[in-house]
Amino acid sequence: MDFLYQIPVLGFVFQIVGYLIDAVVNTNLAPQTLALATPIALGAMCGVMNERSGVVNIGIEGMMLTAAFVGFMAAVIVDDAMPDAQPSAFFGFTPALLVGVLAAIGAGMLVSALHAWMSISVRADQIISGTVINIIALGLTSYLNRTIQPSGSAGTFDSFHPPEALVDLPIVGWIFNMFLSQGPITMSVIVIVIILQVLLFRSRWGLRTRAVGEHPRAADTVGVNVFALRYRNVILGGIFAGLAGAWLTLEFNASFQNGMTANRGFIALAAVIFGRWTPIGAFGGALLFMFSEALGVAIRSNPPPGDLGVWLSGIQASYPSIYNNSFSALPYILTIIVLAGVVGRSIAPAAVGQPYVKEGAH
Amino acid sequence: MKLARRIYALSIIPIISVLLALLVGAILIIVTSPASQGELDLLLPIKAYEALLEGATGISFLNTDDGALAFAFSIDPDRAARALTSTLVAAGPLVLTGLAVGVGFKAGLFNIGGTGQVLVGGIFAALAGAAVAEQPVPVAVTIAVLAGALGGALYGFIPGALKAFTGAHEVVVTIMLNSLAAFVIIGLVNDIFKITGPTFARTADVGNAILPVLFGRDGNVGIFIAFAMVPLAYFLIYRTTLGFEIRTVGANPSAARYAGMSPRRLIILTLSMCGMFAGLAGAIVILGPSLGYYPAVFGTTIGFAGITVALLGRSHPVGIAFAALLLGGMNAGAPAMQIEADIQREIIDVIQGLILLFLAMEVVIRRLLRVRAESIAPEELQTVSASYGQGSTT
Repeated sequence: MDFLYQIPVLGFVFQIVGYLIDAVVNTNLAPQTLALATPIALGAMCGVMNERSGVVNIGIEGMMLTAAFVGFMAAVIVDDAMPDAQPSAFFGFTPALLVGVLAAIGAGMLVSALHAWMSISVRADQIISGTVINIIALGLTSYLNRTIQPSGSAGTFDSFHPPEALVDLPIVGWIFNMFLSQGPITMSVIVIVIILQVLLFRSRWGLRTRAVGEHPRAADTVGVNVFALRYRNVILGGIFAGLAGAWLTLEFNASFQNGMTANRGFIALAAVIFGRWTPIGAFGGALLFMFSEALGVAIRSNPPPGDLGVWLSGIQASYPSIYNNSFSALPYILTIIVLAGVVGRSIAPAAVGQPYVKEGAH
Repeated sequence: MKLARRIYALSIIPIISVLLALLVGAILIIVTSPASQGELDLLLPIKAYEALLEGATGISFLNTDDGALAFAFSIDPDRAARALTSTLVAAGPLVLTGLAVGVGFKAGLFNIGGTGQVLVGGIFAALAGAAVAEQPVPVAVTIAVLAGALGGALYGFIPGALKAFTGAHEVVVTIMLNSLAAFVIIGLVNDIFKITGPTFARTADVGNAILPVLFGRDGNVGIFIAFAMVPLAYFLIYRTTLGFEIRTVGANPSAARYAGMSPRRLIILTLSMCGMFAGLAGAIVILGPSLGYYPAVFGTTIGFAGITVALLGRSHPVGIAFAALLLGGMNAGAPAMQIEADIQREIIDVIQGLILLFLAMEVVIRRLLRVRAESIAPEELQTVSASYGQGSTT
């Protein structure tokens, strides 16, 4: 195969493709990417639910952070109360973790309800409402975390271990590995995305939601209750932001740190735009963004062969920080490019950001 | 009389919002007092806010020496001078980031990119300052500060141009640019501009470009630069043709177009100007006497605080100056509160967020309290959110 790599220019492409295939199929890159993409994909589902029904949500970051904290605290409290509970063989479920996830979902829905009330009933500016949520969530969780200083931890969910035979299958084995060697929240993402995609484009609820997001007046005329539908969708969207928060403190980490969402909510917003307001597209965006990060890590530990490897290792040796940070910066650059319409236009639902006022009512 | 009524109508909603935020903050302090003090302490908010006020202004109205709370009004002149200086130092950058948001509102633009523009302005100022570190003080300071303003303006130009020519909405673009600036600058400082010597990665000292201290421990030129922008911004918005065009395009973009104004040019110009204000904020923080270099790990919340400042000040330059003093005072008093009342300083962020929350729901407040007041939200804000779902503005 090496002779292919020697061809000028084209050889370079072969090297990249060969390395990508190798990285995806033969290493742990695929499962790692999916795991890292989980909070972003879930946050993006929250964004899709909101924006498809005509409500801007830039508060996903704050919703996630609140849910992460509340979920963690609830899990720690339950864990303290029942120290003898044994983790079950199934994903290492304990009562504490279960309560934690439910509490995180509840917190996500509660913050979403605030956003819904501000955006739909109070008719406050929706971008400001989202900003308020981000600021208060960061301040409040940091304040409470420092004041309470929770000790201990409720541990994390375990990853599922798919049977060796399945993972070792030629050609498709890595797919099983990617989707099955995961914790419960990560595994649920793919199900959530598919269900949401089908519901949004193939169900009565989806049709109504899209109508309310594009032309609420028309939807109202044919008897859709715009306010109720928006409320319901925004609050249900909070479930996903809550799950994303639970992933942070109950599946990926076993602790809470101030500001631990680290911009994931904003990358989720980017994924929504990147995926053109569809669940599958947003999921693809989240995977692409995180694949680039995971690839950066993989190249560091195991550089590709040939000129490509020499070249990348050279950059990495001379400019390690620029090299690493450029992978983190990629989602933001891609999103700006997509927004600017360089690679096809990305247009938001028409009524997004506009509070609905019933005709004649004031 | 007429003026008094007008001031009342303008300021009653912001004042109520601040009071409500302090009230909710007090409840939070009481609820968490078992964790912070070991017992439920109903008087803790009074102690905390008194320490906050003393840290911000030097005014004390409590005597807690013998354990019991006693009312005792006192001002220690030394402490007051120190406290007011740190309030002004904290307020300076907030004036500028407040203007960076407020001027944008006037044109119907929501500049959430203050954070990124502060960072870019800061790194420009640090690098230019290091380059002219040997020059005489007035020259060095001027060049470094102008470089910061230029850096911010360039970083504000990007979303402006993208919006004007492609219709990419400035809210999302500036959010992306905030994170982008952080990553790019960390990489650049760590790999290229790092100097050997210090235990952490940072740029070279700015030498003579450091802002001269004029009074107190750190009362520096930056305060004057910041507050000088207030009359300047007022003049620009309310007394020039450009300002008139900006206000027209903010109130009604199509009317502006019919009148022969170019929304494109105004969008680019306004966002560049917003970026310039935020870049100046970054410059006076980085060139301030407490830094004098750019640390690779430099997080700042003044960009987001600018949103609260702008709305609290009704995006009017004078209002923004008062709002910045209030928030600056809170930031300056927070360490005293943490030491004397053992309340974590993050409560300040919560209170500032709550102020913004109550400002955003002013409709409810007006209805509940039946106050006769003018709406706080700049009318142009409707242009902002309404444009979110539309592909293009021009």
